[in-house]
Amino acid sequence: MIALSDYLTFSAILFGLGVAGIFMNRKNVITLLMCLELILLSVSTNFIAFSHYLHDLEGQLFVFFILTVAAAEAAIGLAILVVLFRKKGTINVDKMDMLKG
Amino acid sequence: MTLPLLSLLIWLPIIGGSSLLLFKKESLAGWVRGFALLIALPCLGLSAYMLHAFDPTRWQMQFQETHTWIPNLNIYYALGIDGFSAPLIALSCFMTLLVILASYRSVKVRVAEYLAAFLIMQGLMCGVFSALDAVLFYSFWEAMLIPMFLIIGIWGGANRLYATMKFFLYTFLGSVLLLVVIIYLQILARQTPGIDPSATFNILTYHQLSLSLIAQKWVFLGLLIAFAVKVPMWPVHTWLPDAHVEAPTGGSVILAAILLKMGGYGFIRFILPIVPNASQAFASGMVSLSLIAIVYIAMIAIVQKDMKKLIAYSSISHMGVVTLGFFTVFSIVQRSGSESGAVMSLQGAMVQMISHGLVSAALFFSIGILYDRLHTRLVNDYGGVAHVMPVFATFFMLFVLANIGMPGTAGFVGEFLIIVSAFKANIWYAAGAATILILGASYTLWMYKQVIFGAVFQPRISALKDIQGTEIVLLLLLAIPILTLGFWPAPLLEMFKASSEHLVGQILQSKI
Amino acid sequence: MLDLKSLALATLLTPLAAAVFTGVLGRNLSKSWVHTLCIGAVGVASILSCSILTSLVFFQTEALNIHLYTWAVAGDISFQAGLLIDKLTAAMMCIVTFISFMVHIYTVGYMRDDAGYRRFFSYITLFTFGMLVLVTSNNFLQLFFGWEMVGVISYLLIGFWFHKESATVANFKAFIINRIGDFGFILGIAAIAYGFGTLDYARVFSQVETVAVSGQAIMLFNPIAIPIIPFACICLFIGAMGKSAQVPLHVWLPDSMEGPTPISALIHAATMVTAGVFMVARLSALFEHSAFALHFILLIGTLTCLLMGLVALVQNDIKRIIAYSTLSQLGYMMIAMGVSAYPIGIFHLVTHAFFKALLFLGAGSVIMALHHEQNIWQMGDLKKYMPITYITMLIGSLALIGFPPFAGFYSKDLIIEAVKVSTMPGASIAYYIALGSVLITALYTFRLFFVVFHSKATMSVETISHLCEPSLNIRLPLIVLALLSMSAGYLLVGPLLQGYFNGSITINDALHPGFAMLQAHFQGAFAMALQGFWQLPFYLSMAGVLIAWLCYVRYPQLSSHIQKTFPSLNKILNHKFGFDTFYEKIAMQGMSLGRSFWQQWDNKLIDGMGVNGTANAIDHIANRLRQFQTGHLYHYAFFMILGFLLLISWMLLTQPGVK
Repeated sequence: MIALSDYLTFSAILFGLGVAGIFMNRKNVITLLMCLELILLSVSTNFIAFSHYLHDLEGQLFVFFILTVAAAEAAIGLAILVVLFRKKGTINVDKMDMLKG
Repeated sequence: MTLPLLSLLIWLPIIGGSSLLLFKKESLAGWVRGFALLIALPCLGLSAYMLHAFDPTRWQMQFQETHTWIPNLNIYYALGIDGFSAPLIALSCFMTLLVILASYRSVKVRVAEYLAAFLIMQGLMCGVFSALDAVLFYSFWEAMLIPMFLIIGIWGGANRLYATMKFFLYTFLGSVLLLVVIIYLQILARQTPGIDPSATFNILTYHQLSLSLIAQKWVFLGLLIAFAVKVPMWPVHTWLPDAHVEAPTGGSVILAAILLKMGGYGFIRFILPIVPNASQAFASGMVSLSLIAIVYIAMIAIVQKDMKKLIAYSSISHMGVVTLGFFTVFSIVQRSGSESGAVMSLQGAMVQMISHGLVSAALFFSIGILYDRLHTRLVNDYGGVAHVMPVFATFFMLFVLANIGMPGTAGFVGEFLIIVSAFKANIWYAAGAATILILGASYTLWMYKQVIFGAVFQPRISALKDIQGTEIVLLLLLAIPILTLGFWPAPLLEMFKASSEHLVGQILQSKI
Repeated sequence: MLDLKSLALATLLTPLAAAVFTGVLGRNLSKSWVHTLCIGAVGVASILSCSILTSLVFFQTEALNIHLYTWAVAGDISFQAGLLIDKLTAAMMCIVTFISFMVHIYTVGYMRDDAGYRRFFSYITLFTFGMLVLVTSNNFLQLFFGWEMVGVISYLLIGFWFHKESATVANFKAFIINRIGDFGFILGIAAIAYGFGTLDYARVFSQVETVAVSGQAIMLFNPIAIPIIPFACICLFIGAMGKSAQVPLHVWLPDSMEGPTPISALIHAATMVTAGVFMVARLSALFEHSAFALHFILLIGTLTCLLMGLVALVQNDIKRIIAYSTLSQLGYMMIAMGVSAYPIGIFHLVTHAFFKALLFLGAGSVIMALHHEQNIWQMGDLKKYMPITYITMLIGSLALIGFPPFAGFYSKDLIIEAVKVSTMPGASIAYYIALGSVLITALYTFRLFFVVFHSKATMSVETISHLCEPSLNIRLPLIVLALLSMSAGYLLVGPLLQGYFNGSITINDALHPGFAMLQAHFQGAFAMALQGFWQLPFYLSMAGVLIAWLCYVRYPQLSSHIQKTFPSLNKILNHKFGFDTFYEKIAMQGMSLGRSFWQQWDNKLIDGMGVNGTANAIDHIANRLRQFQTGHLYHYAFFMILGFLLLISWMLLTQPGVK
């Protein structure tokens, strides 16, 4: 039997990978988006695990919402990415520091 | 219904000045000047009428006006003047008129904005001197910074940005504490039983508040920073030379003639009557600061090469005499036991404010006249001006003499009265104040000698044209009151008498 | 006959009106109009002054003491402008207006070709008014008004030729040194106001006794207090030291010779510089109550008399020699004041006004003839070419050295006698110094006289060919003044010692019996002149003349030999005892102190550290802080999560409920 803690550990690892990806990735905005998806996935995993554990379907319901939002987000993100590439000619993360003080 | 004299004095120039902004076209400059004069002249007339109708035998506020402004917070539009503020209002109106006259020759760009700034300023200055509600006072006080900021920042010299920022931040820092003190006093007034809740922002209410010594000391320090910066007292004076040097002639004139007086006015309207015990506790320190200002600043003035800077330092030194006059009152009463010496001291300080207003303005105008011609303020760029501008040299001589406190000019009266009364407090106070006789003569006459006397050594000086037309009128308008005050200061002193006596009575009453 | 008040007012206002009129409209008037107007006004003032004197002396009119208007009321003191016309004032008015009249006439010739002709007339007429304000005042404040007014006009006139750097330096110096005196003066006035509660002479004098015994004192430092009257007297006298050029505030007077010669005669010899003497006499009632102040005056007067006489010995500029002589004579007047012989001091003031004005105007005549040459070694043998100047200068010189029966004899002899009989401690030293100064006076006076008029001519042939007597309007004042220098002493000594000044000058005969003794011993002017020939001062002055003759006429090389024998003495005298160097050092120190105040304190400390320091500190901190704003998303995300973690852990650790 897979225990709840295993799910949680798994999702934590996923989350950690996502966050680490955001921090460490200095090159590609696409990777950034993928890392975001990873984080969302870890959250979804948590939702499903708790839903199963607590016998409450609301959690699984919520995952659908997250997935839709994530898909929309990915689409918008990629669209922004395309615009960005057109404007700047690069999608290198290190070059995007317009907020620098 | 009586004429709302004070409101007219405040709002007529503000509205008139704002409406000038509609005519910004350069080609209309001549009309704009005429229109500005048309606003300033009735204001002067109104202030003359005010002086005439003013009853100098009463210390109470006169020409009072009260309207509701922000009823929820008990803030009122309350105006009124006593013997201290009436002459200062008249001086403000007079000076603005002169600045407008002077602009005929010296200002060529953005004339409408320039004149509008000064007219608005005049209204605000009258507001400061006549406001009885603390919030109203504060509003005028702060609003006045804006036109001045613009005047220096737009029509100023090369380093004007530094000077404006310095001027603004310096004075603003002081004002913030003023606001804190006003709020504190208001809270206190609300908690004090027996005080009409609708009068909690009234300055006259604060005069009656009793305060513990500790509270008084804090209030004193808060107010002191606000007003000492404006006076300016040593060591918060360093904004003044920079502001003066960079400001256009009119800006310097208003700065020296009126703005500095607001600091002095703050002392007599706020500090002395609201926190008399703290004032007494700090009096010797304040006297020391004043004496430092008189001697130290005068010595700095001696080594200045820039005429405007020299006069700016001279202003600080002369204002030191004013604050000396304010704060010797305690030891005068203590030593001589009578209040009349203290009254004389206050009267002297007030006369010194008025006379310094006239004299420093006259000097700045004179320097402006030279600057218009040669575009330099450095003493060493001049020499032998008397050969080519004899009429100007004569007027300038008179103003220089007034600056060094020559009997027969306005400059003498205040200094003399303060020295005589300070003597009653302490011989060394009087001796310190009297050094201004020597030091003031040193730097002012040195400047006169370098600029006016000597041989003409460069062609551009021999090409100078003597003053004429409006310039003569301008200097004459300054020379007349300077001489009149010198030979007959009695009416002005009479003006301050009742209020001074009342103030001495107030500050001798312990509030603890 | 007009009453005294209208006479006095007319005397005051006529010169004022003329001065203002010529000052304002002068440029549109012709030269002759200007001088006619000014001379006329001063002439009228002069006649009016005489009639005031006449009415006081011969018609026994009461002295006038009235208020004209209230200048100001401050506290409980009311400051009034007013007139006090008594015999002292009247005498001063006559002297002032008369000398001024003479100088006005002289100026017409002397300044004939000067571009500033109208300005000059306006100034000297205004000066006459200022001087009249000074002497007719009935209170301290108005005295100060007149005092400063003549100071300013003196300033303007010293710098009359303002294109010359030396002239503007001299007038600046004169003003500043006078201001040091005024510093004392104004404190003196403040002390009077403090002690007496009024600045009115009459009311002050009436309270003197009360205040003197009341023991009111001025605290200097905690245990040290000075009674009010001595303090006020010393302070007022410091003012007098400035105006009357007493050591050590004398340095401006020799430099003031940069001004045109007529004003050297009028302002820096006859009238303004004697204002200090006049003031002490006017306030005699006050000074009589302070032995300390009198001692101080005696000391300063003696020092001035001796030191300045010595300096006069080595000067080469004709006007400077006379200027130092003036200083020395002012010292004599102050000595008289110091021993409470006020009337004699005033007497010397009057005679000195005549002969010193004469000497200056004579010198001016010489200077003009030589085309503005002032060095006495560039002159010589002028006796031949300028007989009238020669004779008048001789009369002036004899009057100056006190040759009986010329004017100077009476006044100087009386001063020396007064010192001799004075019972004040230290008066004996003053007596010997005063005697010594007689020798010195004769020496420098006749040194000048012999070198200019008798020694070999050193001018160029061309200059000599132009030499001639000046025009009539220069000769006339010379002759009139010469006549007065001869006779004034003889005429005036009688009335003086018969109590002319009773009522206007107060002397405490019990304490200072000197003047009373002189009065008692007086046997008439003629007898006094005869006795004069048998007294020590006469021989001393003759010795001085003899030495001068030996050194500068008989054996011209002798003087340079003496100079070489005593190089250090010569050096000291040429450096004028180092007073100028001393003031220069002080001024330099003050300047560098001011500069360090400005640059070190104001610019570096207050502005640099305080004002700009705050601004810079904020700038610095902000610069550090903005390093955190990298603009990189991943940094923001990192900090967000870091902050989130910190918050969570803080919650978990501190709030037990969450566990």
